[in-house]
Amino acid sequence: MPNEPLIRWDWVADHLDEVGSALGQHIYLTTIAIALGLAISFTLALVAHRYRRTEAPITWVAGVIYTIPSLALFVVLIPVTGLSTATSEVGLVGYTLLILIRNILAGLDGVPADVLEAADAMGLTRPQRLLRVELPMALPVVMAGIRIATVTTIGLVTVTALIGQGGLGQLMLSGFINLFPTEIYVGAILSVALAVAADGALLLLQRALTPWSRPSTARS
Amino acid sequence: MELAAHVLAWLTDPAHWQGADGIPVRIVQHVEASGVSVLAAAVIALPIGLAVGHSGRGGFVIGSVANLGRALPSFALLLMLIPVAVNLRLDFSTWPILGAMVLLAIPPMITNAHAGMREVDRDLVEAARGMGMSGAQVLLRLELPLALPVILTGMRLAAVQVVATYTLGAVAGGGGLGRYIYDGFARQDTPRMLAGAGLVALLAIATDVAFEVVARITAPHGLGAGERPGGTESVGRLIQESGV
Repeated sequence: MPNEPLIRWDWVADHLDEVGSALGQHIYLTTIAIALGLAISFTLALVAHRYRRTEAPITWVAGVIYTIPSLALFVVLIPVTGLSTATSEVGLVGYTLLILIRNILAGLDGVPADVLEAADAMGLTRPQRLLRVELPMALPVVMAGIRIATVTTIGLVTVTALIGQGGLGQLMLSGFINLFPTEIYVGAILSVALAVAADGALLLLQRALTPWSRPSTARS
Repeated sequence: MELAAHVLAWLTDPAHWQGADGIPVRIVQHVEASGVSVLAAAVIALPIGLAVGHSGRGGFVIGSVANLGRALPSFALLLMLIPVAVNLRLDFSTWPILGAMVLLAIPPMITNAHAGMREVDRDLVEAARGMGMSGAQVLLRLELPLALPVILTGMRLAAVQVVATYTLGAVAGGGGLGRYIYDGFARQDTPRMLAGAGLVALLAIATDVAFEVVARITAPHGLGAGERPGGTESVGRLIQESGV
């Protein structure tokens, strides 16, 4: 590997298909993890919000999962789910829980009490109040959590290359095994670019969904 | 359950507690590499975070560092540093993983050092100035002690991440507990692999608990539990901000 350039552009030009499919798999693994993580986190956060006693145990468990090193969590699942997409997804979803639950709860807790009283006085039922008042008001904080979870997951997907998944991580690992820096750098740069792009896209989505919270018009 | 018995048998086998590949040696390697990385990162990160927090200028730099740190995965950093080490004729089983860990530990430490300094009540700073304290005295005798819990939170987040990341060093031929996971996986020796995973998870949780204990001991006197800057609520928010 000495004297090998960090990136051989002719290799990139010849392998656009391979790079593209690695990128596609990366997006696929990330999307599933965020979708499942959101579904589970929303359920748990709503339970914790309604029954405050469950908040401490729920965030504690999510916190312990978050502390477990990624490689350790992935390999522990191998005897159960084998070298499959499921193994990487269970681990990836596990890491999103703490970030998402914390932000959903913070968003719901941030709704002012007088707004809730006004909603009650208007005759909204609890589910109506949740859907029409609390969730829309919590949305900016929830979206901030989704952005952090997405960027974190895009990074963690690279590690799943070690258990045979990994999208761009697979490309990077192959570069390491073949002592070929180009594959490592193309994978790493695209992974960072994907994280930045996803973060930006989610920010735009957040602005579109919450037109009332633009900084220029916001009053605190 | 049979598997659990195999893992337990692996862990209690005296042969696995001695020699260069024994559990004590691997734990010492893991703690050593993690400790060196956290200290090196602290030497770089804390002065920057404290200086920016004290002066109140350049806050945007802190945000950019945090975002960059979040977007650059440690596994990618490790692999990217390997060709660099090879070109510099450095041992690529040692240096790339250390470099990746130091770079990984810097963002949470910088953001929390900065946040801790900014959280210090401005009235207190003005009172200290009014008492005739110099800038250095305000920093050392007022801001630093009050910001300490939040600074320690940053070090704690960084340390737990670093302990987790050193596991990946085994991929490049490094030591530590990651060896059991990687070798166990390569040799299809599941008990070894799972024992390694359990040991690393325990070490990460132990690191977390150790910092919690230090945080309790060093919490500034005169601050009630509710208003302590390093209380759980503040930690939660910092995790949201730094994304680690």
